[in-house]
Amino acid sequence: MAETEEKSPGPPGGNGWRREYWRKNLRLMVTLLVIWFAVSFGCGILFVEQLNQITLGGFPLGFWFAQQGSIYVFVLLILVYCLRMDRLDKEFGVEERDEEPASGPAAASDTSAAEGDAKEGGES
Amino acid sequence: MSEIQLWTLLSIVVTFGLYIGIAWRSRVRETQGFYVAGHGIPTIANGAAIGADWMSAASFISMAGLIAFMGYDATIYLMGWTGGYVLLALLIAPYLRKWGKFTVPEFVGDRYSELVRGIAAVAAIIVSFTYVVGQMNGGGIVFSRFLQIDIQYGVLIASVVIFIYAVLGGMKSITWTQVAQYTVLIIAYLIPAVAVAQVITGIPVPQVSFGQILGELSAISEQLGVGHYTDPFTTRPMIDIFLVTMALMIGTSGLPHVIIRFYTTKTVRGSRYSAFWALLFIALLYTTAPAVGAFTQLNLLNGVQGTATDALPSWVANWSEAELVEVNPNADVINSVSNSEDSGADLIVSSDILVLASPEIAGLPAPVVGLVAAGGMAAALSTAAGLLLVISSSVSHDFYFRRFRRNASDSERLLVGRIAMAGAIVVAAVVGVNPPAFVAQVVAFAFGMAAASFFPAIVLGIFWKRCNAVGAAAGMVAGLALTITYMIYTLEVFGTDANEHILGVSPEGIGTIGAVVNFAVTIVVSKMTAPPSEEISEMVENIRYPAAERRAPAGASDD
Repeated sequence: MAETEEKSPGPPGGNGWRREYWRKNLRLMVTLLVIWFAVSFGCGILFVEQLNQITLGGFPLGFWFAQQGSIYVFVLLILVYCLRMDRLDKEFGVEERDEEPASGPAAASDTSAAEGDAKEGGES
Repeated sequence: MSEIQLWTLLSIVVTFGLYIGIAWRSRVRETQGFYVAGHGIPTIANGAAIGADWMSAASFISMAGLIAFMGYDATIYLMGWTGGYVLLALLIAPYLRKWGKFTVPEFVGDRYSELVRGIAAVAAIIVSFTYVVGQMNGGGIVFSRFLQIDIQYGVLIASVVIFIYAVLGGMKSITWTQVAQYTVLIIAYLIPAVAVAQVITGIPVPQVSFGQILGELSAISEQLGVGHYTDPFTTRPMIDIFLVTMALMIGTSGLPHVIIRFYTTKTVRGSRYSAFWALLFIALLYTTAPAVGAFTQLNLLNGVQGTATDALPSWVANWSEAELVEVNPNADVINSVSNSEDSGADLIVSSDILVLASPEIAGLPAPVVGLVAAGGMAAALSTAAGLLLVISSSVSHDFYFRRFRRNASDSERLLVGRIAMAGAIVVAAVVGVNPPAFVAQVVAFAFGMAAASFFPAIVLGIFWKRCNAVGAAAGMVAGLALTITYMIYTLEVFGTDANEHILGVSPEGIGTIGAVVNFAVTIVVSKMTAPPSEEISEMVENIRYPAAERRAPAGASDD
């Protein structure tokens, strides 16, 4: 499809890589949003009565999803998004270089975590 | 002065000294610093600041109380106020950071038109103001109870403190103060929660251990007429739970004071990780809150059930003075408990006191009670400061600078911003003394309005190049008009009558429908009118990629 265009990265402006990057970004986003909806609105609200038939550690399962589980899933979804986007940015050469290296220990540990993930991803 | 009062005063004075000290050290003199902290806040600190900015008096003071009385149905707050961060992280934060200026109206102004900017600025002011009133009231509750003064004076003290550090410092000092406030509020929340969990179940992890008391709590709740604790849809129909949760999520991701926090990071990548840290910090409190609600409710109900009215525990008398607990004068023995004034129950407990009273109810020592009060203040103040900043930037930047004086100097704009902030504090304090509804509800309205106005305009502006100014303006007006009309129709606001809910949709949930209407109107009107210009398409194209220029891709080999 966009094979020929991609050979010429050239100046910005509707090149194939842009469409490809954006398509991958959207695909990741939609996947994560589907999970977001399924866990919160699905397990926590729409099917709460059915799930409440099951009890774990004193918690009716639907109730647990509504008041605990969905929140844990939200945190994980954003983490996955950050790590995946790091990888995508790198793949397409649009990652940001830290102009000022003084972005603190936070950024440093982020980077190492992201790289770890990228390596794992590369093997698969 | 009682021991509890002494400790409360001590905790509040010490923590306030800390905040004002930090504010003073990081005060700023130029607009970049005042509004976006010079884009230089490290990711984790920014996450903690977002957490404090976000977790308001409603989260800290009201939420566990609401959960205690609503049981499952309080899910709307738990999922609604966290799930929005997923939308924010995936749909909004990185793109607005890439575009990166000062305010949210500024983005829609550049993307669409000056008219849309104006509408957005008005909406930002309404939303932030509605929200700030709740914070003032929350701060007032804390002071009035612990210092034994009238709520007016409580609100007055809160306003003075907010005034000092928000007006002085701007975004940079607010950010660092908020990091300190997050620390205070989370410690204040977790210590009593862990202690109570340990005492009742022997497991010091409240998130895990409150499962053990749910059966007992459901049984005793039903006896006292509060409703089966874990059963869904006892207070609201499913459709309403769905709509309210969605409205709070969309509202969260459209709230201007949260969005501008993503402008303060160094990079686009930093804004993504800020969202992660923010939600992680928030989740720490939000997964604890249902446990606090459950434990406190069980303690409370066990403590009063079947007790003669003249032999009630001491916290009842303490809070009666602040008029937040009421014993029915006709009752001899407590056989029913409610959080609603009109229920006619033997004991009426305001949802707003449960967290503040939980250490007392559980019999924890006085320093812990004082710490919780300081935490409640931290939550109210940090959010109020963030909101005031939005009001100030909307007035000074989007109206004054953009509309009236394009050549206003930096110091002149700062002065206008500070005056706007001061004005907002005064009005908010006056309204905060006597708010139109209880704290969490007021906040829910702010969310509905944010959901129905900004969110669709921002998301379509990023993801749909064809979206144009006329469409966005029409959509925002339609969404906001529907939402506000329905709220006024169903609620007593400024003397209007409260009408029946249509199809079970509550005024808190209407924002979802307002957002859907906004989306639909924007799309239809955009399609019917001319597409936006080339430059705008190029601007939208550019915010989709983090780096300014493309480098040789790392994974070039697989192409």
